[in-house]
Order: sequence, then C-alpha cells, then structure tokens
Amino acid sequence: MKSDKLKFLIFCLVVLVLPLPLAKGYLTNVLIFVGINSMLALGLNLLLGYAGQISLGQAAFFGLGAYGSGVLTTKYALDPWLSMVLVALVVAGFAFAIGFPVLRLKGHYLAMATLGVGVIAHIAFNETIDLTGGPSGLSGIPNLSIAGFSFDSDLKNYYLVWSFALVVILLCLNLVNSRYGRGLRAIHDSEVAARVMGVNARLMKVQIFTLSAFISAIAGSLYCHVMTFISPTSFGFNISVELLTMVVIGGLGSVYGSILGALLLTLLPELLRTFQDYDIVVYGLLLVCMTIYLPGGMVRGIPALVRRLVPARSGNA
Amino acid sequence: MELLNQITQFVISGLATGAIYALIGLSFAIIFNSTGIINFAQGEFVMLGGVFTIFALNVLKLPILLAIVVAVVATTAVGLAFERLAIRPLKNATPLSLIIITIGASILIRGVVMLLWGKDTQVLPPFSGNTPLEIAGATLLPQHLWIFGVTVLVIVGCRIFFHHTISGKAMRACSFNRKAANLVGISVGRMVLLSFVISSALGSLAGVIIAPLTMTAYDVGVMLGLKGFCAAIMGGMGSGLGTVLGGLILGTLESLGAGLISSGYKDAIAFLILLLILFLRPQGLFKKGETERV
Repeated sequence: MKSDKLKFLIFCLVVLVLPLPLAKGYLTNVLIFVGINSMLALGLNLLLGYAGQISLGQAAFFGLGAYGSGVLTTKYALDPWLSMVLVALVVAGFAFAIGFPVLRLKGHYLAMATLGVGVIAHIAFNETIDLTGGPSGLSGIPNLSIAGFSFDSDLKNYYLVWSFALVVILLCLNLVNSRYGRGLRAIHDSEVAARVMGVNARLMKVQIFTLSAFISAIAGSLYCHVMTFISPTSFGFNISVELLTMVVIGGLGSVYGSILGALLLTLLPELLRTFQDYDIVVYGLLLVCMTIYLPGGMVRGIPALVRRLVPARSGNA
Repeated sequence: MELLNQITQFVISGLATGAIYALIGLSFAIIFNSTGIINFAQGEFVMLGGVFTIFALNVLKLPILLAIVVAVVATTAVGLAFERLAIRPLKNATPLSLIIITIGASILIRGVVMLLWGKDTQVLPPFSGNTPLEIAGATLLPQHLWIFGVTVLVIVGCRIFFHHTISGKAMRACSFNRKAANLVGISVGRMVLLSFVISSALGSLAGVIIAPLTMTAYDVGVMLGLKGFCAAIMGGMGSGLGTVLGGLILGTLESLGAGLISSGYKDAIAFLILLLILFLRPQGLFKKGETERV
C-alpha cells in the first residue's frame, strides 16, 4: 500500500507542474477537459470496471449536472457552489431511484436501458427550451469564485478542476482497496457467488451507480462554469460512448487506466485536427484496432506488448 | 371524426415505420442468435442501403430495381468484410470489447460515407410515384405499400429459410448450442459469416425502402439502429414474429405519441416504452420468464 501512496503523490506532483511549461497555451485548456473527462471516466469505471455493470447513459448525469448548475445560477441567480451541491444531491437521488429497476437488468438489456435514459435526457435538454435554451444552448453561466477570487482563466480553472479530479481519484483508490471494493469485485466475478457470501449485491450495485452519477453531476457543474456556455450536443449518446471507450481503452478496473484513457481520447481529436475531415475515420479505426490489439486496455496492453517485443529482439541478436 | 381520421393516419404511418423497425430488429436478432453479439453497427447497414441505392440510381444511372439489388449486394459485402476483419480476429473477446468494436466500426463506416458523399441529406424518389390512396379518411402512400409488401415477403422468406432449409436449420442449431452444433458437423464459423451476410442484407433492404419516406444521410443509421434494437428486445431477441410485433407496436405507439402529444418527444416516447418493457417484462413481451442459470 506504501507504493500506492507514492504513486498518488507522484501523480499529484505531475498534475501540479504540468501546466507550468505550457504557460497560457491552449494545451492548458485541453488539460482542463482531460480533468473533467477523468472524473467522468472514473465514475463509469467504478460501475463498469469494478462492479461489472455497463452504463451507456453516463452523459445524462453529466448533462443534468451541467444544466442543473447552469439553470440555477443564470435563471435563479443561486450561489454556484450551493447549486453544485444541490444539483449533485438531486442527480444522485434520481440515480438511486432509477437504479433499482435499471440494475436488475443484465448485459445487453442493461446497456439498452441506460442508453434509453441517456437518449431521453438528451431529448429533454433539447426540448425544454424555456429552461435550457434548447439546441441553441444556455449562455452567460458565471465562473466559480471563492471569497472574491474568481476562476476566470485557463490556468486557474485547471487547478480548480484537477483538485476535484484528484479528490475523486483518491476516493476511488481508497474505495477499491476497501472491504466494499472487494465486495464490488466479487459481484463482477459472480453475482450469485457474491450474494451467497453475504454481499448485498442489489443494494451495492445501486449505491455504486448513485456514486458514479454523483461524480458525473459534479463534473457537469464544473464543466458548465468553466465553459460558461453549454448546449445539448455535449451530452449526447456519443459522449456516453466516448466515456465507455476511455474506460475500456485505458483498462477496465484500473484507476490510472481511466485517466490515461481520458487523456488519450481528449487529446486525440486535437491531434487529428490536422486530418480535418478524416478525423472521424481515423478515430473509428483507432478504436477498432486498439480493441483488437490491446484487449486489456493500455495499462495492461502496453507493458505486455513491450515484453513481447523486447525478448524477441534480444533473441535475434 | 376529424380526430379519428388523424388517428388512422398516425396508425398507418406508424405501422410503416414499425415494419422498418421490425426488419432492423430481425437483422439484430439473427446476428445475436448465432454469435451472442449485439452489433452496434447494424444501423450503418441500414444507412448504407439507402446511400448506395441513391448512388447507383443517380451516378451509375441504373433503373431503380437494379439499383436496389446493387445496394443490397454492396452492403452485404461490407457486412462480410466487417465480420472477417473485425469480428473473426477476436474469437475470445469479452462482450464488452465486442460492443466497443462494433461501435468503432459504426463510427468508421459513418466517417467514410461522410467523406465520400458529404453531410447533406439525400433524396430517393418513391419507387412507384407519389399519388396517395384514400383509406378510411387517411392517406396511404404507394411507398407504404412497398414497405408492407417487402416486410411480409422478408418475414415469410425468413420463416422458410430458418425452418425448411439445411443452412437455416444449421444456423438455428448454432444458436441453441454452438458446441453441439459443431459436434454434428456444422461449421460454426461459416454460420456466423452467413448470419452477418443475411443480417446486413436485411438491414440494407430496410434502409432502401424507408429512404423515400424519410430521406437519408450519413447519420440516419444511429437512431434507426437503436429503434430496431428496441423492437428486437421487445420480441425477446428471437428471429420470429415476436420481433415483428415488437417493431409494429413500437412504430405505432411512437407515431401516435408524436402526433397526439408532441413531435419533439417522438424518440423519447420510443425509449420510454422500451424502459417500461425492460422494467416490467425484461424477457420480451411474448416470452415466458426464464429462470436464471447459475
């Protein structure tokens, strides 16, 4: 466990110094989104990588968080921090309520049900025009501030978002190494066996679903205050798929894997800009190839690939 | 009377889109039953059907029937290549990586179509004119008749294929028990390939016959695919009448809901129905509950 703490501290240090050489460049801006996506991916990874329950509707919770905070602060002039907490609690309550019927389902049915929740939420964002502004979006959302200190630049927002992300990482690391986390993994391996051993599988699945919705809602609130403008396209089915891809490509059931996945998939569209219209093709191709050649995700696949290549080379020599 | 006419109209157009969902649902179920894979790229086959037909019609200047045949064959070739390149190499993949792979493939197909044909919606003219027929105060388009006709033909064809031909029976054997099927000399790999061929052909056919009503573009496949999946789940993932009924019910309810409540929430209504069914009857509408195997 000592090496885990060391790893986390090194990671914190990297996060702390990373934007310094970048100064005010647009990469800092990209790294903010890496932070937000990391939180979302970690939330999904708790559900998918540890408890083994798929969700294709994570964007719904992300969107509810963003729109909740956005609407409360612009239309009702509520304090941003207060609305963040309120919205996250309401979203978590909502997830808890739908969790019982949804998580009774398994496999493809679960995927489809969560997808349904996501699609319905997305349509609601588009159609409740009075509240959300509909397809043209909601603008004028204030930046967050603490006692007069406003988070109004990329660098400030970077530290704001990443301090939240680091708390989530710490939470996940502690959770998965606890008695509770072992229970979750038992559900993943065999729900029946876990239940026989006295794990309350049904309740635990709903609890972890609720926690993941809570984290996603917080990420959503942060997103809306960082962007100051939101529109429904940021919370569609594609986003849920992208999050799923981050978790799987990074490595299921690995905390740092999710962050790696978030980093890669957030940077990728930026790097693919040079391909212009070809970017969507390259993106699809990468997804297919990585799933074929790195089935365990990058955290497991890359070391395995290196191990396979290195002895082969020394054997030739 | 006015309302009654309207409702008849909604039911007619609902049944037509429902028939399309049913065809797509069948194409989902065929792959699922022989491989256990939910092919998230299924909607792209539907889109390809429409896009290829328009290409064959406008650029190659083929007559409509020939254009349809060309489109279905071309889409089937894509399905075949997809199975060979992306599904077969992953023999021992988890269901999750298969979901990701099919999603990746769907993004890839959509991207290529967008590059080749652009982002604009394209129009396919109706197969036999646009003169509406009056039935009980509601109008029925000739294209609706095409949809109903093709759907009935496909369902009858599937029935004959799966119950009265050697290949069809072999495919059913694979879906019951792959190992046992292998033991009696059925080449499971060939059956999987065949299921992709039939499934992509069915999907593209659905795309061709709906295109004159809804127009088509590189991104129409996503929603159509998801709705087809709904139909298949309503029918309990079988390749028979259950899925067809599921599609028809979904299409009708969706059309009624869109017409009488709000058209903006049309897709939401479809997914609300899906959620209700999953919560209340997760085994499908027409199947008895199954006990869980441990």
